[in-house]
Amino acid sequence: MSENFAVEIISPDKSILKSEAVEVTIPSYEGQMGILKDHIPLITFLRPGLIIIKENSGEKKFFIEDGTVEFSNNSLLILTSTAKSVDSLEKNSIDTIIKNSQEKISKGEISDKERYLLSYKIDTLREINK
Amino acid sequence: MPSLDDLKKRIKSVKSTQKITKAMKMVAAAKLRKAQENAEKGRPYSKKMQNIILNLTKSISDPENAPKLLVGTGKDQVYLCVVLTADRGLCGGFNSNICKLAKTNFKKLLSEGKEIKIITVGSKGLDQIRREYGKYVIKKLNFKNKKQISFNEAEIVGKEIIELFNKNEFDKCIIFYNNFKNVITQIPQAQQIIPAEKIESNDKDKTEEKLSYEFEPDEDEILEDLLPKNISTQVFKALLENAASEQGSRMTAMDNATRNAGDLVDKLTINYNRSRQASITKELIEIISGAESL
Repeated sequence: MSENFAVEIISPDKSILKSEAVEVTIPSYEGQMGILKDHIPLITFLRPGLIIIKENSGEKKFFIEDGTVEFSNNSLLILTSTAKSVDSLEKNSIDTIIKNSQEKISKGEISDKERYLLSYKIDTLREINK
Repeated sequence: MPSLDDLKKRIKSVKSTQKITKAMKMVAAAKLRKAQENAEKGRPYSKKMQNIILNLTKSISDPENAPKLLVGTGKDQVYLCVVLTADRGLCGGFNSNICKLAKTNFKKLLSEGKEIKIITVGSKGLDQIRREYGKYVIKKLNFKNKKQISFNEAEIVGKEIIELFNKNEFDKCIIFYNNFKNVITQIPQAQQIIPAEKIESNDKDKTEEKLSYEFEPDEDEILEDLLPKNISTQVFKALLENAASEQGSRMTAMDNATRNAGDLVDKLTINYNRSRQASITKELIEIISGAESL
């Protein structure tokens, strides 16, 4: 029996990815979460981070800023408006995003929740840039 | 009997109208393809989103304390009606169909003693609704200067709705838009988005088992995050469907207009030829009878 389950990433204007995966790691709001086949039904939302999809043939990474995840009947559904394949991101553009985010934090007019989200965004982007 | 000159002028004017409608048809056809693609791509997102919400609703443990966006305020006195139409005319019955449906609903609600508040998106709908229901219109939006509808526009509308809801300005929210079925058929639709209503699905597995979900962090927080998003998503879907419908509708309308103009040109040309022939014959008769009398 295969150990795969269906993964779908959908954004409001298109379907970004539809495939089968062995394991998917998502940056859930309260921490990284790895999902394998036959996980119990789950609904959660995401903070900025990386989605790592392990397929039989390799690995795919997506950078996301927010989104909602539903897992049921061995199909994982990720609804997000901001998913970007890591390969398609350019170093320069990442730097600008980091800079903008840092400016936002230093302004200090934001709530703790936003600060939390932004700091994750910066960390993830830095990691990609390494 | 119009003179030859008049006929000639008319033929010319009809022909140039035909050129315009033909061009509009082709532009609409090109835009339609894109809009249709967008609408079809957008469908899964809104459908899945709706599904998640429904699953959440089913498994909610404490309906009394559930967020109001989901279950409603418990009253149904004030209705917020969001009418989505196009910003341009010349697209057949597209705008009128939405407005007709909206007006029927307004009438029904008012006769039941409910209050209505109207938000119009798109200027053509406003023009039609203002005449009868102008005093109920509380907000006018349009995206005239936007070439392509993106999620941002939907969020503007969504935020507007949620803001009003949080101020307790209304109890139920209905959006009116055209559902794009195919190029010839667009179905005007009224969809209730607050409180979330189950869309009639044709799926056979209606008796799907109740799944008990694990929530992280917890139901309430997820719902709070998800429900406003869902509103924008539903509006976005409606906008996309509308955009595709508008182009489809315009294409058919302009196709008909082009064909009509063609028919008219044919008819006028026959008329023109006949009267030309008649005048020639008349002149000949005059000449011949003049020669005979000599």
